[in-house]
Amino acid sequence: MAVLAVEGLHKSYGATPVLRGVSFAIERGECYGLLGPNGAGKTTTLRLCLGLSQPDAGTLQLCGLPVPAMARQARTRVGVVPQMDNLDPDFTVEENLRVYGRYFGLQDRVVRARIPQLLDFAGLTGRAGARIQELSGGMKRRLTLARSLVNDPEVIFMDEPTTGLDPQARHLIWERMKTLLAEGRTILLTTHFMEEAERLCSRLAIMDTGRVIAEGSPRQLVAQHIEPQVVEVYGDGVENWTRANALQLADRVELAGETAFCYANDPAPLLATLEAEPALRYLHRHANLEDVFLKLTGRDLRE
Amino acid sequence: MISGRYAPPSLSRRFMPVWRRNLLVWRKLAVPSILGNFADPLIYMLGLGYGLGALVPDVSGVPYITFLAAGTVCFSTMNSATFEALYSGFSRMQVQRTWEAIMNAPLTLDDVALAELIWAATKSFLSGLAILIVIWVLGLSTSLLSLWILAVVPLIGLTFAALALIVTALARSYDFFMYYFTLVVTPMAMLCGVFFPSTQLPAPLQTFAQLLPLSHATALVRPLMMGEIPAAPATHVLVLLAYALTGFYAAVILFRRRFLE
Repeated sequence: MAVLAVEGLHKSYGATPVLRGVSFAIERGECYGLLGPNGAGKTTTLRLCLGLSQPDAGTLQLCGLPVPAMARQARTRVGVVPQMDNLDPDFTVEENLRVYGRYFGLQDRVVRARIPQLLDFAGLTGRAGARIQELSGGMKRRLTLARSLVNDPEVIFMDEPTTGLDPQARHLIWERMKTLLAEGRTILLTTHFMEEAERLCSRLAIMDTGRVIAEGSPRQLVAQHIEPQVVEVYGDGVENWTRANALQLADRVELAGETAFCYANDPAPLLATLEAEPALRYLHRHANLEDVFLKLTGRDLRE
Repeated sequence: MISGRYAPPSLSRRFMPVWRRNLLVWRKLAVPSILGNFADPLIYMLGLGYGLGALVPDVSGVPYITFLAAGTVCFSTMNSATFEALYSGFSRMQVQRTWEAIMNAPLTLDDVALAELIWAATKSFLSGLAILIVIWVLGLSTSLLSLWILAVVPLIGLTFAALALIVTALARSYDFFMYYFTLVVTPMAMLCGVFFPSTQLPAPLQTFAQLLPLSHATALVRPLMMGEIPAAPATHVLVLLAYALTGFYAAVILFRRRFLE
């Protein structure tokens, strides 16, 4: 049975529709990604799933319980890593965990017994007494992750968990997410990082303007929506070269700024013409999730 | 049944962990906080009471400082509840996103609002209590009836905490609170018998003052302080309760509009 089942979700803020019929279902032990440009409706979807906001239409089931009707009960089995850190700045690391445990009705001694394990998981052993201001951005994120585990949740909602982190900190969070998945927990992840989604998600939904416009495993999405090979070409004269060669030889070409993205099933003829163009530089690679994302949601800026 | 935004606030003991959170923060800053509770109103009461008191004759049949003592208890309780629910409440709600973190746990907006109400009332009780202790120690009140003030102060705290939460629910920044102080708190301090009897005011203002909650607070506390049973105590209690309950209901509706929609 699905850990989270979302069916036909609609939500408007005032006259602005934010969600226009979102449906998906997440199985136990899965890492399910929600991808989409800013304003696609990812965070609103998370809020509705947690029962923090009422949908205008549609149904939600979280851990087998109807949301928002029984959202409070459902949240006892859920952990949340929010987009913005909201640790308690007046408290130490240990107090943050202990006080958060109380919100779940957990006795102090129960949480105290779990704290060494949580700190170890977050790589914060020995920091129990540290004040929040003394922690780096990466440490705060890890503490937020540890805090989300204080109630031993079945499902963890992670809203852009690695935004703003350096690569080391990001890799550590990814490692921990894999550990959580290996323990049988379920993760709902929203992210802007295609690499993150490609590494972690078993399945994902690409959202745009309040709808799910594609769903599947990262591999399926690449196979379904895009040609397998990409040649990125840039340099002086790229436009002329594109007109003269790429439009005929590639299956699809996107010109973005100074770069031509040429998508092809067989890139050999394209690469051959590039041999004769010393002014042009190029990168030949496999198509990835980012290509799918940009194809489906466009290259225009979203603000 | 009314549901959604206008549903009556759901009151439950779930607010307790949030209240305990605030208590833990307060304990870390307890020394300056208690000092502020004592020192600030004490300076006002003694400075005005003795300084100004030397210049004015007895007020309502007692020395000015005795008159002022009751006003100070009410004013100080009101201020303390107001500041906590406005500035500290706004910090927790907006700046630190503490509410958001709490509502991701199995607590609801109503639980958080109730915790804010009771916490602000708790803090204002400490303020009121601090002044009362000074008043007793200085012998400004010697009647056993003044012990009843310990029951009135929490009601005053709840009333002004509830009213301030309405303002917090509407605020976009700390600057917004200035309107509330200028338009509500300060006029009330002048109209409601804190520094001088409201009978000094022109008749229309006296009538208007009777509508304000602080008038009912001073009407209860002052006689008790002087060892008298207040006239029509039930009316004053009911008016304060009405302000507290409708104020809190309004605040919860506004918080729901702000957070849930």
